[in-house]
Amino acid sequence: MTEERKPVTNIKTPMRLEFRYSAGEATSRFLRGIGQGKILGQRCPSCRKVYVPPRGSCPRCAVPTAEEVELSDKGTITTFAIVRVPSENIDVPLPFASVHVLLDGADIPFFSVVQECPVDEIRIGMRVEAVWVPKQELASTLASIRYFQPSGEPDVPFEKLAEHL
Amino acid sequence: MRDVAIVSFAQAPNRRRELRNEVEILMPVVQEAVARSGIERPFDFTCSGSSDFLQGQPFAFVIALDAAGAWPPIPESHVEMDGAWALYEAWVKIQSGQAETALVYAFGKSSPGDLPEVLATQLDPYVLAPLWPDAVSLAALQARAWMEKTGATARDLAAIAVRSRRDAKSNPNATVSGDAEIEKLLAAPAIADPLRAHDCPPVCDGAAAIVLAAGERARKACARPAWIRGIDHRIEPHSLGARDLSVSVSTQLAGEKAGAGRGAVDVAELHAPFTHQEAILREALGLGEGVRVNPSGGALCANPMMTAGLIRIGEAASRIMDGSARRAVAHATSGPCLQQNLVCVLEGA
Amino acid sequence: MAERCAIVGIGQTHHTARRDDVSIAGLVREAATRALDDAGLDWPDVDAVVIGKAPDMFEGVMMPELYLADALGAVGKPMLRVHTAGSVGGSTAIVAASLVQAGIHERVLTVAFEKQSESNAMWALTVKTPLQSAVVAGAGGYFAPLVRGYMRRSGAPDDTGIRVAVKDRANALKNPYAHIRDPNLTFDAIAGSPMLWDPIRFHETCPSSDGACAMVLTSERAIPKPKLAPAWIHATAMRSEPTQFAGQEKINPVSGRMCAKDVYSKAGIANPRKQIDVAEIYVPFSWFEPMWMENLGFAEEGQGWKMTYEGATALGGDMPVNCSGGVLSSNPIGASGMLRFAEAAMQVRGQAGEHQVDGARIALGHAYGGGSQFFSMWIVGSAKP
Repeated sequence: MTEERKPVTNIKTPMRLEFRYSAGEATSRFLRGIGQGKILGQRCPSCRKVYVPPRGSCPRCAVPTAEEVELSDKGTITTFAIVRVPSENIDVPLPFASVHVLLDGADIPFFSVVQECPVDEIRIGMRVEAVWVPKQELASTLASIRYFQPSGEPDVPFEKLAEHL
Repeated sequence: MRDVAIVSFAQAPNRRRELRNEVEILMPVVQEAVARSGIERPFDFTCSGSSDFLQGQPFAFVIALDAAGAWPPIPESHVEMDGAWALYEAWVKIQSGQAETALVYAFGKSSPGDLPEVLATQLDPYVLAPLWPDAVSLAALQARAWMEKTGATARDLAAIAVRSRRDAKSNPNATVSGDAEIEKLLAAPAIADPLRAHDCPPVCDGAAAIVLAAGERARKACARPAWIRGIDHRIEPHSLGARDLSVSVSTQLAGEKAGAGRGAVDVAELHAPFTHQEAILREALGLGEGVRVNPSGGALCANPMMTAGLIRIGEAASRIMDGSARRAVAHATSGPCLQQNLVCVLEGA
Repeated sequence: MAERCAIVGIGQTHHTARRDDVSIAGLVREAATRALDDAGLDWPDVDAVVIGKAPDMFEGVMMPELYLADALGAVGKPMLRVHTAGSVGGSTAIVAASLVQAGIHERVLTVAFEKQSESNAMWALTVKTPLQSAVVAGAGGYFAPLVRGYMRRSGAPDDTGIRVAVKDRANALKNPYAHIRDPNLTFDAIAGSPMLWDPIRFHETCPSSDGACAMVLTSERAIPKPKLAPAWIHATAMRSEPTQFAGQEKINPVSGRMCAKDVYSKAGIANPRKQIDVAEIYVPFSWFEPMWMENLGFAEEGQGWKMTYEGATALGGDMPVNCSGGVLSSNPIGASGMLRFAEAAMQVRGQAGEHQVDGARIALGHAYGGGSQFFSMWIVGSAKP
């Protein structure tokens, strides 16, 4: 006697593909700088703006950017979001502040997180500074910058930030 | 039909493994094509071809946009296909009267992943992909079918490889080139019988760009524009068992619709990553002995994914632009075993 | 020079979290069949197929047009696959329209879809490559700071986003195809829902949906005898800008403003608020409604939130927006843009059923993608242009 079989309606097919990414010249230089505790940007020869992390080109002017500029690891929060929902790929305790930091000397914000600060104190204009891993643990990876924390300096007024918002 | 022509073409060196990122590779290529066209930005339309999956990078084309010069904002679109289809979309835009000039570009970085495995993800996800049939094995099935039907031998295939590599010596952008000895090639073991290493394309990273212009704009831009007299593309069933793999009916149909047979063909650039595919495509397009096939060395000598089809069009156009051909046919393919094919007919006048 | 292009058939699936009952092929075929039926046409009548969707990692199928050729009756025909991130549904429709406008084909089937349940959408959006730091928490994490910036700049009341969500969720109850159809989503329910990426709350956010949308576009001469009058394309436009550059305006993007100006100018619209009867715009997080009202020129900069507050964007208001419930109610990412374009066409055909705006004759379809950098729009009308 044949058993009645249900039709197959679903299959699970695990996929696995391995990729070896290369950083590109600009990112490589940037990451090597991080490994030395430095944040390096690039200046566009045409519009003179400084990009960080640098990508080897200015998207606005569509030209290569070669001039390196060392930037401060202090900056100002231009905007932020308080994340309360767990997110794939992010390993930070909830809730956390996901922030845009305009590093001193840069012309575009750098994305990072703020810790060591209650989330309801995060504000636009707040001054922050990078917290690095201990010197002996520095490596060519953005994980060398653990997070940003308040620097204690007075806030930057909103009007001064307007163009970077 | 409006008169639309290719007025410039540029490509990257096609390296086995590019350490530069997409923008670093593309920017000089785009700049070169734009400079050679003599047409000033902004272009009326920009269209690109690439594949996220290939690179293991979602939104790869968004990253690449930085190379195109999208400020001030531009009318721009993208196909997740070989750049040959991006060129088709741009041609359509010009035909509709909504553009006079167009910038087309494409790029592909195959080196980060295992290309034959990555291509297995193009297959039916329910019944084919879980078996992980790699692209070379599938091509071998087709090669076997063709050889059984025609009586062709491994030597016939090797001769195509030898000719292509020799021609590629004059192509500074080829990944593979040289004077190969047919006996040495045939002595190598099969990778997927009947295919040996020389029957398969080299894996490489590359990029290319083409500028299109209509009528007077084309005549002003270029001494000898390569006029697109016909362009068409067709797709076949996905399942390999539903097709006769030894012929390419979609190439034949696209060729007819594009008018490939309406005149003598001097040069044909056929996108044949595998040696047997060149023979199948030649037959589908009715190209006789007198046609010079793949003077660039073809995809057997440089096969940047998502770009090799656009490069076939660019190479064919270059033969028109440099005066060495009056009429050329270019072909591009997509999918397993020539599932989808595009044919472009170019003329010098 | 361009041929006129008519929309003669529209179809979509019932958007939902998981379509366990159909394969990817089944999903797209369902929408396509409905569009063909609506047009009174059959598969052999179609000359070309243009398909669009967002990143392939959402389903784990690379270049799915290859696998879908058979299901969409494309064998022996030209088939294109468009990908412009979130705006793809719109761009796909525009590419399909170009084929007709250029006189290359008489009848084009266009389909957009996403079957996100097959893979993991959050992962696919933020694939962690070792060279970038993963600090942006998906789309919500990316846009929440921009919303905060808008709130700061415009001084909009904090509950503006809630009001938009109340409206769109009520509208969805009038759309049998919408994913989220919940009569309990009142102001208090939305206000009380968990904060995800402050200032965006759970019920102010779009769902993740499996769904597809399809349209049949024809030239004037090839219009079949449809059961319903066609919608006519009056204008289409696309604009893109780079992802991020120094001094870039991200809250009121220039590419969006230019795209709108272009599409209005081509359609002969000088005063969008007066001349457009209804708009379907891409609002994945409720605060985008006031932001897009400004970007699209329906309101002055900083004033978009007033339109929401005054009820102008409600179904009965003077500028109804997203009567279908919008992206907030259904979000099969690759299809969402085409759904906006299709719903706009449905309005001017009088086909929108319970969420029909009476006497709608001119409608705007809008889609955006990426970091607010890709825009595609169309204006459709009940009369020939």
